[in-house]
Amino acid sequence: MSTLAPSPPSTPSPPRARLAAGWTRAWSGRRRWPLVSIAGATLAAALVLLPLAFLVVQAQKSGLGEVRHLLLRHSVAVLLWNTIRLALACTVLCALLGVAAAWCVERTTLPARRLWAVALVLPLGVPDFVVGFGWVSIDPALHGYLAAVMIMTLALYPLVYLPVASALANLDAGLEEAARSLGLGPWRTFWRVTLRQIRPAVLGGCLLVTLGLLAEYGAFEIVQYQTFTVAIFTEFKLGFDTVAACVLSLVLVALSIAALGGELTLTGRARSSRPAGPGARRVAPRVALGRLAAPVLAGLGALSGLALGVPLGSLVYWMARGSSTTLPSASILAAAGHTAAYSAAAAALATLLAVPVSALAMRHRNRVTVLIERLAYLPMALPGLVVALGLVSFSVRYAFSLYQSALELIVAYAILFLPLAVVGVRSAMGQSSARLEEVGRSLGARPSAVWRRVTLPLIAPGLGAAFALVFISAATELTATLLLHPTGVNTLATQFWAYTSELSYGAAAPYAALMVAISAVPAYLLSRRMSTLANTGRAA
Amino acid sequence: MSRLSVSELWKGYAGTSVLQGVQLDVQPGSLTAVLGLSGCGKTTLLRVIAGFERAERGTVSLGEQTLDDGRTYLAPERRSVGYVPQEGALFPHLSVQENVGFGLARRERRGEQVAGLLEMVGIAPLAKRLPHELSGGEQQRVALARALARHPQALLLDEPFSSLDASLRSRVREEVHALLREQGVTTVLVTHDQEEALSLADNVAVLRDGRIIQQGAPVELYERPADERLARFLGAVNVIEASFEHGAARTSLGTLELPGGQTRGAAIGAVMIRPEQLEVHERADGAHDDGAAGLPGRVEQCRYYGHDALLHIRPNAPAGAELLLARVHGGQALPAGTPVIVAARGTATLVDPEPDELG
Repeated sequence: MSTLAPSPPSTPSPPRARLAAGWTRAWSGRRRWPLVSIAGATLAAALVLLPLAFLVVQAQKSGLGEVRHLLLRHSVAVLLWNTIRLALACTVLCALLGVAAAWCVERTTLPARRLWAVALVLPLGVPDFVVGFGWVSIDPALHGYLAAVMIMTLALYPLVYLPVASALANLDAGLEEAARSLGLGPWRTFWRVTLRQIRPAVLGGCLLVTLGLLAEYGAFEIVQYQTFTVAIFTEFKLGFDTVAACVLSLVLVALSIAALGGELTLTGRARSSRPAGPGARRVAPRVALGRLAAPVLAGLGALSGLALGVPLGSLVYWMARGSSTTLPSASILAAAGHTAAYSAAAAALATLLAVPVSALAMRHRNRVTVLIERLAYLPMALPGLVVALGLVSFSVRYAFSLYQSALELIVAYAILFLPLAVVGVRSAMGQSSARLEEVGRSLGARPSAVWRRVTLPLIAPGLGAAFALVFISAATELTATLLLHPTGVNTLATQFWAYTSELSYGAAAPYAALMVAISAVPAYLLSRRMSTLANTGRAA
Repeated sequence: MSRLSVSELWKGYAGTSVLQGVQLDVQPGSLTAVLGLSGCGKTTLLRVIAGFERAERGTVSLGEQTLDDGRTYLAPERRSVGYVPQEGALFPHLSVQENVGFGLARRERRGEQVAGLLEMVGIAPLAKRLPHELSGGEQQRVALARALARHPQALLLDEPFSSLDASLRSRVREEVHALLREQGVTTVLVTHDQEEALSLADNVAVLRDGRIIQQGAPVELYERPADERLARFLGAVNVIEASFEHGAARTSLGTLELPGGQTRGAAIGAVMIRPEQLEVHERADGAHDDGAAGLPGRVEQCRYYGHDALLHIRPNAPAGAELLLARVHGGQALPAGTPVIVAARGTATLVDPEPDELG
């Protein structure tokens, strides 16, 4: 128990001791923290660390010599080279496409801007492996590096487009005007002012692209391109070599963390710089396209056609052809039911875990709660495959009854998509300020009553959004599902994958179409919000 | 009606002390303003009184009840202290009526009491509206009615008028003042606006660097501020050299009384004179100083405010003398270049001999 002397100035203690004191204080209840919140947040942190911990445990079993032997194999160098050159090419291409498209939509007099704002985001609603399926099923000759770069760029560029478009729409025109009045031409203004302003958005988008590439399995399997993730999957699923898979997974995690660190370093101070008060912002005027309108329209048309038209077109084509030969209606309903049940359970769990994590981080900010919140974002850098492998390593050693159980799959989803839930819940918590809760208490309501009467009604929409985001992500997840789904139970993703592996494209298409339909809803809603931004040039 | 008293209150965050032994006494039913610049700790003081923060040391008590003494601590919901935060902080998901009824028992929430409160603050027709449909002044009134609904023994107002625009501010201020008078609730108002504090409060406490440096009636503060820095914070001053004899200060502007006749033993020093204490008379250009009491000078600048004007006057001698500020009524806004004679009336305030204390 800490006794927390009431004397004001205390001598600074080393960070570790202060962290420990924070824990003790958190647990001792001296500051009357809600115990439920502490328990929930601790559980969330433990769950996030569990897969990583067991990867290490499993990898250690082989001994250092074996690990070195595994890592120094020639194939690891090849995998590393494959993964890195793909990540570099795709990230750069996504950045160029995303920024150019966002600038055209948000800052020029492009015709039909609302339409473009929707069309350019919608590819986000098509799972990457479905994009791969779409291309390869109509042109089986597509494979290797270039095919992988093209398909992943088309699938992932909206991850740059979205944040950049939103940053451009919210940009303060006053800064650009000030630059022009200081003698900078339009191009130099773009380079020195506009680009500086949107840099955090560009880098954030690039980070998501890189992490997505590192985690992707399905699309690369389809185009037969070997990255780390593909190799790990093969090692585990076909070679039954858990140790090798775990060792390689740790390399993959290291790559993801390197990407995260790179983004943090490059963004630097830009992240913290915020324009002055809301009243100071002015909407930027649009650039007249003039004679350039036709080529810009053609370019955006080609981008949308390749990213959205080809995958959707091929789905329609295969469904039209497939319906005459196979009738999978019964099994598709069963698979959809399983997908819905697992995803809903995972979404509920992730949202439930995200509430105490965000509540503590926002209302009782200290070293411990901030650490827990950061941990909750860690799964962003953990590919689904890694989480699945970690849970497999845990369950085969300590809880075999969990192995390939529905619960294990649900927990895996919840861990994997916890960051999405935390983002949603955190922004919702912003809706209910600490001040409102204090006012509630000064009006005589006990903390539990304040939670029920003030906080919950205010964050309810955010909880709904978090639930929906996790649900959709889980419903279209492939890699972890393939490893963890209960034997004999198929979801939309696993059944799609089974048919695709047999080259039964017609049978696979309806499953993909259903997944696209599920994830199209939020993609559409997201793009609608963007198009309102594009139209009015203001944040809602 | 209860007396609110804070004594020897210490409070800090992350190793820095925000409140360093605050001493504050609020008479039952009075309105006391806590005046200070941003960052002086005034919001922290309110938060400790409301119970959102806990005292490290010292006591806060209301009437006979100890709210916090560093060991025992009463939760905010168990204190009879109403709180009106900056910008109102209305619950955005509740209507005006539901906001006002929030602190009442369930069966009272829709009753006459709420209607009466809405009537009292003059927003009865808006009962069903949501907060975002109200103007700033209306939101402020709802927040006030909400805080008064439970008949608190003390009421805390955190810069309640700062978010209102100037034209609205003075009106809402007057209304709130009248209402609080009527209710007779012991009130602490926190503000950084010295005009607001002086004009509204029965008693003003000045908080600086976590300490109350002076507490007293507005007149007392304005006329006998604790130090030069406070004097300047409360309004413009002229500082001029003086020699002291028989409890009076002899200056180039005439001889002025010193309150209490105290010269602290010094024979010469400096005194402060408010701009409105200066009498300015136009003087025919080139006219000889025929012994008229006062200091000859010339208007250098005239700031005209309508109801009054502020003249910047440069004395003719000695060369390079500091500008004098004189507040005159609007009709006497003399153009720059006008030769004048300046004299002072009333009492002067001694300037502390330590110039290092400035800033």
